[in-house]
Amino acid sequence: MKVTFPHMGNLYIPLRTFFENLGAEVVVPPLSSKRTLEIGCKYSPEFACLPLKVTLGNFIEALEMGADTIVMAGGVGPCRFGYYAEVQREILKDLGYDFDMIVLEPPQGHFWDLIKKFKYITNKKSFKEIYLAGKLAWKKIILLDRLEKMVNRIRAVELEKGKTDKAYKKALNLISNARDEQELAFARQQIAKEISSIKKAKERNLLKVGLVGEIYTLLEPFVNFNIEKQLGELGVLVERSIYISQWVRENLLPSFMKSKEPEVLAKLAEPYIPCFVGGHGRESVAQIVSYAKQGFDGVIHLLPLTCMPEIVAKSVLPMVSKIHSIPVMTFVLDEHSAETGLRTRLEAFVDLIRERKEEKEFGVLSGD
Amino acid sequence: MECYLGIDVGSVSTNFALIDKHGKMLKKLYLRTAGRPIEAIKSGLKILKEDLKDDIKIKGVGTTGSGRKLASVIVGADVVKNEITAHAVASISEIPTVQTILEIGGQDSKIIILRDGIVVDFAMNTVCAAGTGSFLDRQAQRLGIPIELFGEIAIRSKNPTRIAGRCAVFAESDMIHKQQLGYKVEDILKGLCQALVRNYLANVAKGKEIKPPVVFQGGVAANSGIKRAFEEELGMEIIVPEHFDVMGALGAALLAKKAMSQNKQKQTNFYGFEAAFKEHRAESFECNGCPNLCEIVQIYVDNKLMARWGDRCGRWSENVAV
Repeated sequence: MKVTFPHMGNLYIPLRTFFENLGAEVVVPPLSSKRTLEIGCKYSPEFACLPLKVTLGNFIEALEMGADTIVMAGGVGPCRFGYYAEVQREILKDLGYDFDMIVLEPPQGHFWDLIKKFKYITNKKSFKEIYLAGKLAWKKIILLDRLEKMVNRIRAVELEKGKTDKAYKKALNLISNARDEQELAFARQQIAKEISSIKKAKERNLLKVGLVGEIYTLLEPFVNFNIEKQLGELGVLVERSIYISQWVRENLLPSFMKSKEPEVLAKLAEPYIPCFVGGHGRESVAQIVSYAKQGFDGVIHLLPLTCMPEIVAKSVLPMVSKIHSIPVMTFVLDEHSAETGLRTRLEAFVDLIRERKEEKEFGVLSGD
Repeated sequence: MECYLGIDVGSVSTNFALIDKHGKMLKKLYLRTAGRPIEAIKSGLKILKEDLKDDIKIKGVGTTGSGRKLASVIVGADVVKNEITAHAVASISEIPTVQTILEIGGQDSKIIILRDGIVVDFAMNTVCAAGTGSFLDRQAQRLGIPIELFGEIAIRSKNPTRIAGRCAVFAESDMIHKQQLGYKVEDILKGLCQALVRNYLANVAKGKEIKPPVVFQGGVAANSGIKRAFEEELGMEIIVPEHFDVMGALGAALLAKKAMSQNKQKQTNFYGFEAAFKEHRAESFECNGCPNLCEIVQIYVDNKLMARWGDRCGRWSENVAV
């Protein structure tokens, strides 16, 4: 059995670790590229959103490399994503591929169903073995999230251009290659050393921008034109609202192990979106309110074209932005590749929040 | 005399603004880009050089527009700024109390909301180019009307016909339909102006709070029919500034002036008007390093590689010094 899965940012690192440690052979599809997008779009329904198209491209590229078992996430609720695995299965079958597809549905009370699926993939490994493999993968997820957060902070103030991204690339390799917890602990030390050796400028008035929106477009740098890096290069500290660890906590753990944090957060969106609207629509709004309260200078909202939950969120953004006095800019992402347009808007947005911040501080100084 | 130069390389026009140290416009140029930005920039420099007296000294250069990076490589810029900021800066310099800027250019349209001289919100068109200069150009051409007379004729209409403005394709088929039914040209043109304004307000302005003073700029501001349609729809006076057609370039020049005055020691990066007589060559190739197949553009000046861009990973753009 050769297992593969779709790309979503750095998710491939813990997934590979998990399945390999359970003795499965893993085929990691090539990182999403223009080719992935091209073949994905060619075989996808035109009106589907970008996540379906790019992940279908991932699957085709992995099948070409000899994969025979696809692990895909499912879902419930108004977001169409829950149905994508089924659609992709049919498309791939029509294309004549021979494969198994295992859909991991969020375990709303069916936690054992999830374990059963893992057992199938891993050739009847025991619960304990699954737990141990999961533990290492989980530790990698935590470390990756911490790494990404650090990188997004440091990139904005690095003195030597490109230094942070070099260190980041190296760190990803270290985490990816760690075979056990001991090696991972060593990798953590190496990374800390590497990152702390980056020379940083002392910036007192650093701009802070929060990124919110649909999870896939937030996490996959290929589809969002590496927006975190672009903002960093413009001298902006970036914080993302969703990290993989949170998503795993909320979606793959049984309910008694879940934290209460998301529920508390969702309360912030209540005046604008009082109920669950699918995907992260409500969370996006809640996060904007939260960023405003934390004193962020602006928020960027990302969504793939035709994403219903985020369109619902978008419709209340003008109000949220006004009431909480925080500039919000929405980017709708699709197949087009006009990076110039995105860059122009990003630069203008950064100019806007910078001027706003300076004005505010000037007001404070002059006693207005 | 000490001067500052602003260059706005847009999709349809390439504009130059030369200002003195007080920000006063000395000379402006509006040239067609015609798909060849490098040539447009060079011919602009040549025209400026011929027209100007020798005592002109360029102290700083700013570039803006979608070709700002390219322009900066060719002329040597001190400031490279996005067009939204540049337009806002220019507008504030002409009408300091401005609260709303409507800007419609050749390929894009934007709205900029300002309060107390600060940009607080903006948006650019995303859906389609209906309602921008290129579309108006094309329709005027189809009806055999010089674009300069478009507005004048539209204003004569007393009975504008209703045209769908949501999409350029629908708008055109609506216009053809109405013309075949026998509507007068002026009524169709006025209808088109109203449709474009409706489309702009629905797709670009999208419920943003439009407060006076409202400034209308960009090439399309020359069209009095559109200006009138805005006034009727918004119920406010619309101000078209004197240099409406080169506001981006003016903003870039003002930004260059500001940057240079903040840093007195700094010499300008400007290569001089001689840049127009150098040989510029742009080459592109597809990188085969990974499946992204990025298209890399290389700019040569007198056969020397001066800039590279287009790669996602930085493999080429980071290694220019060969």
